[in-house]
Amino acid sequence: MKNSVMMGAGYILVHTPDLVVHYGTTQTSERIVNPGSEYLKQIKTSLRTYDRVRSYYPNQTYIGNITPFDLAKIDGPWQNLTCPVDDRYGPFGEIMPQDEFYLLIQAVDEFELVFLEKGFVETTKTKLAGDPIISSYILSRIRDGIESERVNNMVESGEAEGLYMDDRLVGAVKKAHAFDPNLSAHVMVENLVSKASSTLALLYAVRNAGIDRREVEYTIDCSEEACGDMNQRGGGNFAKATAEIAELSRSTGCDIRGFCAAPSHAVIVAAGLVKAGIFKTVAVTAGGSTAKLGMNGKDHVKKGLPILEDVLGGFAVIISANDGINPEINTDSIGWHAVGTGSAPQNVISSLATDPLDKLGLKVTDIDYYSPEMQNPDITKPAGAGDVPAANLKMIGALAVKRGDIDRRELPAFVAKHGLPGFAPTQGHIPSGVPVMGHAREGMLRGEINRVMIIGKGSLFLGRMTNLFDGVSFIMEPNSGAEEAPAVSSEEIRRIIARSLRDFASGLLKAGENDE
Amino acid sequence: MSILDGKKVIVIGDRDGIPGPAISLCAESAGAEVIFSATECFV
Repeated sequence: MKNSVMMGAGYILVHTPDLVVHYGTTQTSERIVNPGSEYLKQIKTSLRTYDRVRSYYPNQTYIGNITPFDLAKIDGPWQNLTCPVDDRYGPFGEIMPQDEFYLLIQAVDEFELVFLEKGFVETTKTKLAGDPIISSYILSRIRDGIESERVNNMVESGEAEGLYMDDRLVGAVKKAHAFDPNLSAHVMVENLVSKASSTLALLYAVRNAGIDRREVEYTIDCSEEACGDMNQRGGGNFAKATAEIAELSRSTGCDIRGFCAAPSHAVIVAAGLVKAGIFKTVAVTAGGSTAKLGMNGKDHVKKGLPILEDVLGGFAVIISANDGINPEINTDSIGWHAVGTGSAPQNVISSLATDPLDKLGLKVTDIDYYSPEMQNPDITKPAGAGDVPAANLKMIGALAVKRGDIDRRELPAFVAKHGLPGFAPTQGHIPSGVPVMGHAREGMLRGEINRVMIIGKGSLFLGRMTNLFDGVSFIMEPNSGAEEAPAVSSEEIRRIIARSLRDFASGLLKAGENDE
Repeated sequence: MSILDGKKVIVIGDRDGIPGPAISLCAESAGAEVIFSATECFV
């Protein structure tokens, strides 16, 4: 049975400075706990412009204009540098500005909850229409705007949350139920933002895979939001809702949740569904998280840095039946952290990195690149969380030393050779292993990369249901190209055995004749 | 006598570093009483 392949990917960012201020939990919590804080006073002057976000090295790497292999050659912190490429569009996706994204939020709204101000719609719709990935179907879903007074009234009355452009109210998202907290205006903003950014990534993934939309038979959403009402909080289904807007008319689907590890779980499930022949083509998609915008903003501002968590992230990949060309997802060697694995770092890394290698008889050095948690160190280091991808690589390297795959003195060189710099925003599931898949596919198609291990890790303890950690891993490899041997029938086997026995008997007869 | 005998310990672990339960085991083996243990996710 041949492995399924990765046909293409979509990676998108959305610059959302006003969502940072109004919806990031660090900011909303600060307004409750410490409303007069210095941080709140400094937020406005600490936000980056759209142009600055576009000329940021990690962002251009995420959408594919720069490779992580090239980024590794540029010493950080990158926030002080200007990337020579500052395009909105890249081979994997785009960096969408906030105003156009608000229209996309309305386009994905099925329940007339999103209202935008008339003048704002008129000026922004033309801009959005210029985006080549935005279909006429999506544009047709954007309604004429309403008077600004009505928007103001909705927000002031408390029935809606506001959408702002540089603090100017340009839209409102209404609550979807009179008192159900799961359908509150705030939750609806979070969910519609996730759906809109997921849709954008999915549109790019389908385009980049070069497939017809009707080929996608199953869609899996692996973001971190929960949709449902008070009777089934988290009931779902973002996947099918997103597939509907992306016009994947033959697709069904469901949501997979697992905190940051969900995308890796979802890719493994997708690869299994395709390899088993249940669905020929499966899309895995995830939208961004408003709650995490500006998550480490206090630390950034305290250190005189801009608020670097100012973009939403979206990701999607298309997994399909083996075409003999695209890189394979090797499902013969999945790594997983089991309930009984324990929390010792050695056990964790063994279960995710070296156990799957042992199944294939490989050494740690046989993997060209490890993609564990690809958080941008510009964001995490000032916040005291260190360089997360490098820390993970050091632990994999330490295990390689213990196994005798490398010498202790080779550890720094191992980290440099087999690791990649983190370039994804700290959007939880978005940086978790999968950002490298697009670049890995390109490198494998060029014949430059042999094996990449994608590792997703999840903090299950945040849900307060278990103290367990979680993680899964899989290996991407170039297409083996080898055709499967045709099945041999029992009749054919009988013929082969009979022929062999006949040859053997005739050989014995000849030998006897010679002896005589 | 162990180095943490008679000490009460609060453990804050890091998901991408050393998780809380692993630190707790070390502290307990050194004689400490772990009164709180948690693992945080900073990303």
